[in-house]
Amino acid sequence: MNRYPIWKYAIILVALVIGALYTLPNFFGEAPAVQVSSSKATIKVDAGTRARVEDALAKAGIRPEAVMLDASSVKVRVADTDAQLKVKDALQKALNPDPADPVYVVALNLLSGSPQWLSALRAAPMYLGLDLRGGVHFMLQVDMQAALSKKAESLAGDLRTALREKSVRHGGISRNGQAIEVRLRDTPTVQATRDVIADQFTDLVVAVAPEGSEYKLTATIKPEAARRVQEQALKQNMVTLHNRINELGVAEPVIQQQGLDRIVVQLPGVQDTARAKEILGRTATLEVRMVDESAEARAAEVGAGPVPFGTEKFLERNGQAVVVKKQVIFTGDNLTDAQPGFDNQTQEAAVHLTLDAKGARIFKDVTRENVGKRMAILLFEKGKGEVVTAPVIRSEIGGGRVQISGRMTTVEANDTALLLRAGSLAAPMEIIEEYTIGPTLGAENISKGFHSVAWGFAAICAFMAVYYMLFGLFSGLALAVNLLLLVAVLSMLQATLTLPGMAAMALALGMAIDSNVLINERVREELRNGASAQAAINAGYERAWNTIFDSNITTLIAGVALLAFGSGPVRGFAVVHCIGILTSMFSAVFFSRGLVNLWYGRKKKLKTVSIGTVWRPAADGVITKAE
Amino acid sequence: MEFFRIRRDIPFMENALIFNVISFLTFAAAVFFLITRGLHLSVEFTGGTVMEVSYSQPADVEKVRRTVAGLGFADVQVQNFGTSRDVLIRLPAQKGVSSAQQSERVIRELCTSEGGDYKTDPQQDGRVSCKTSAGAEPLVLKRTEFVGPQVGEELATDGLKALAMVVFGIVVYLAFRFEWKFAVAAIIANLHDVVIILGFFAFFQWEFSLAVLAAVLAVLGYSVNESVVIFDRIRENFRRYRKLTTIQIIDNAITSTISRTIITHGCTQMMVLSMLLFGGPTLHHFALALTIGILFGIYSSVFVAAAIAMWLGIKREDLVKSSTRREGDPNDPNAGATV
Repeated sequence: MNRYPIWKYAIILVALVIGALYTLPNFFGEAPAVQVSSSKATIKVDAGTRARVEDALAKAGIRPEAVMLDASSVKVRVADTDAQLKVKDALQKALNPDPADPVYVVALNLLSGSPQWLSALRAAPMYLGLDLRGGVHFMLQVDMQAALSKKAESLAGDLRTALREKSVRHGGISRNGQAIEVRLRDTPTVQATRDVIADQFTDLVVAVAPEGSEYKLTATIKPEAARRVQEQALKQNMVTLHNRINELGVAEPVIQQQGLDRIVVQLPGVQDTARAKEILGRTATLEVRMVDESAEARAAEVGAGPVPFGTEKFLERNGQAVVVKKQVIFTGDNLTDAQPGFDNQTQEAAVHLTLDAKGARIFKDVTRENVGKRMAILLFEKGKGEVVTAPVIRSEIGGGRVQISGRMTTVEANDTALLLRAGSLAAPMEIIEEYTIGPTLGAENISKGFHSVAWGFAAICAFMAVYYMLFGLFSGLALAVNLLLLVAVLSMLQATLTLPGMAAMALALGMAIDSNVLINERVREELRNGASAQAAINAGYERAWNTIFDSNITTLIAGVALLAFGSGPVRGFAVVHCIGILTSMFSAVFFSRGLVNLWYGRKKKLKTVSIGTVWRPAADGVITKAE
Repeated sequence: MEFFRIRRDIPFMENALIFNVISFLTFAAAVFFLITRGLHLSVEFTGGTVMEVSYSQPADVEKVRRTVAGLGFADVQVQNFGTSRDVLIRLPAQKGVSSAQQSERVIRELCTSEGGDYKTDPQQDGRVSCKTSAGAEPLVLKRTEFVGPQVGEELATDGLKALAMVVFGIVVYLAFRFEWKFAVAAIIANLHDVVIILGFFAFFQWEFSLAVLAAVLAVLGYSVNESVVIFDRIRENFRRYRKLTTIQIIDNAITSTISRTIITHGCTQMMVLSMLLFGGPTLHHFALALTIGILFGIYSSVFVAAAIAMWLGIKREDLVKSSTRREGDPNDPNAGATV
């Protein structure tokens, strides 16, 4: 009765092999590495970059352990920290010829030291949380009310233009909070305004109230449109943050949305909070200026003469110089949106810009006077300008909807739109949570967490082996398998391990032993009641199962509640806690039974079981050792 | 080895009243301390800034306090953290001041007071450190933590929501698996544990952080286990021993599971003890909450949960409704024991 069919052993074996494989990378530790990623949205890291990296290393006479290419970066693994610094310098020189304008981020990083065949199986070590590796964590709250006010402001401007175009006379348009108020004299104009709004401003809902002899029309943003505005604001802020963080040269920044209006930024390894904050809070500006088309300017572009008075020379992204006038036509404040798309007629890739009312008016005038000339859109960051694009004006453009097209691939259109939008934050942000963990503290925390788990585990195993003899040994093995599977699952999920997570691991083991104690006690009890050895094992496992299941479910309920409502450290705790309960059901019941079956199952005439003392009240004072 | 050589069932239920009075008194004391002293909530809940600074020499807490207070911060708390060289500084949340600047100012001032200069070290990949002219490093900023007041409020409500969900989930599950009387008894017994843990934290003014909250909820789920194990046995006994009274059945159930209860909790406690010893100050209160939770978990499931179930009047018919009629021989000790 105590035998497993082959397939059950097969399941155990498969689980053990998979568990071991995925746990393994955690033991190799981390090797120093240098990571090369693009600092600009327009430059992709690809096989070509990898070739350049390998080439640069060969020239510098450094032999790396491995050069790997993943989705967004090239990683070079080296033997020690000395080589790491050498590689960093060599790559810095080779990839960024102009130190003032780095094209690639070359950052020091740590890579899993596991061999290639493990990486090929996608087996990677657990990702260590900030409290274990040191770094900075920010939680930023996006001011959504400001984003909506900004949107209302631009809609108010658009409405003013639209009413003028339709010759609807009004007594003034103003923004009150997130509502647009229009004063109107009589019912026909109210109707006309309503028509304009219904026609052109589908995002607005209108309410009209009489005010004295006049009417006040209040237009508010529809809830679904407001939600769209908020989503876009959040996305845009995240993109902007991403671009800025790239500059910090952080190897693996985490930028995540949390809830509806929050962004979490984690910068592992960064210690300089002040600089990180300065960069996160900086605003980039976008400027639109005219290109100087004179002969001197042309000469200056190719480097054959001085830059004419009243102009400046900037580089385009492809490295070509453009001489533009110093006079600014309008700034990024007047640009409300930039989206990639296609030209309606030619189906070419294009970027669609939306300007606010003021921008549209200026744009109309400028384009009327400058047909055939070039206009440059410049992005200034850190006081340094770059030409994003410099298209030729084909005709007068009114209405504030501008399309830039021609000689662009869809990827380029995407990148240009991104750069144009990334110029500014869609809404102001405020840091509402921040913590810095020093690198020494991180290392201390790892060793503390590790020691807690290790000593607790050792103590439990020792006790179980002494108290329950062979069954205790099996229980200890089952507990080890539980730990193995828990680490394997966490590694597979690439969950972030934090100190509370390690505490949860310890606690999970401490609680998992409960199942084995239940089983062992039950087996003893059956033996005490006079059951035969085989029957006692069988009944012990079968009867204990109900109880184990019930008790694990109640613990799981608590774990799930923590997962649902917890945040930050509590979540890390809850994830490990829940997974630990699930793996313990497998290891404590299924696996340990397998061991027992393997050991005792075939012995038909089994007389005794090694489960420690089975004390019987009947044999008063006499200790029967069941062995 | 066998620790528990119990010859006959221990009459737990005879003394139920005494235990219930003890429970009630501890509970009342816990509530009293919670109300009069309140919980010493961590910065995660209250909002504010915490800085952990490690000195190379044993730190002069008084001097640190003076230096920080000299910057014009009110209600500054400075205390040793773990060792005499580590200092924990807490600054309450201030309106209008971005707390990020707070920690920056404090560390700069502390550094200057030790005769050092706080600046970025270009040789260490931009790491900021405090160095004296002699090149020594008198203090290191180990961590800072700033939490805005709005986050704290949310955490508190989320914590209460989580607690409510755990209680609700467990009651529903137990009511479904056993019977409502058991569910009520188990949850009262274990909530009583939770209140007592909180009472300890209030009495000793230990810091109540998010990790402690997690520990409290985990222990709630865990010690419900205890009650479940005993209830399971009560149910089994009802099926097995027809002639015993409810009180005898409960006594037998507790007696036959007590060895398991104590061994399991002993093992869990070994793990928690290991955390208490090796986990350092960060895990200290977490482990402390677990310890209290585990000890009172044993007590409450043995002496409180079963007693409440008894007062609520559990009967054989509550648990073995349909199966009683089906079984044949009433003298068979294994009748009704389903596998």
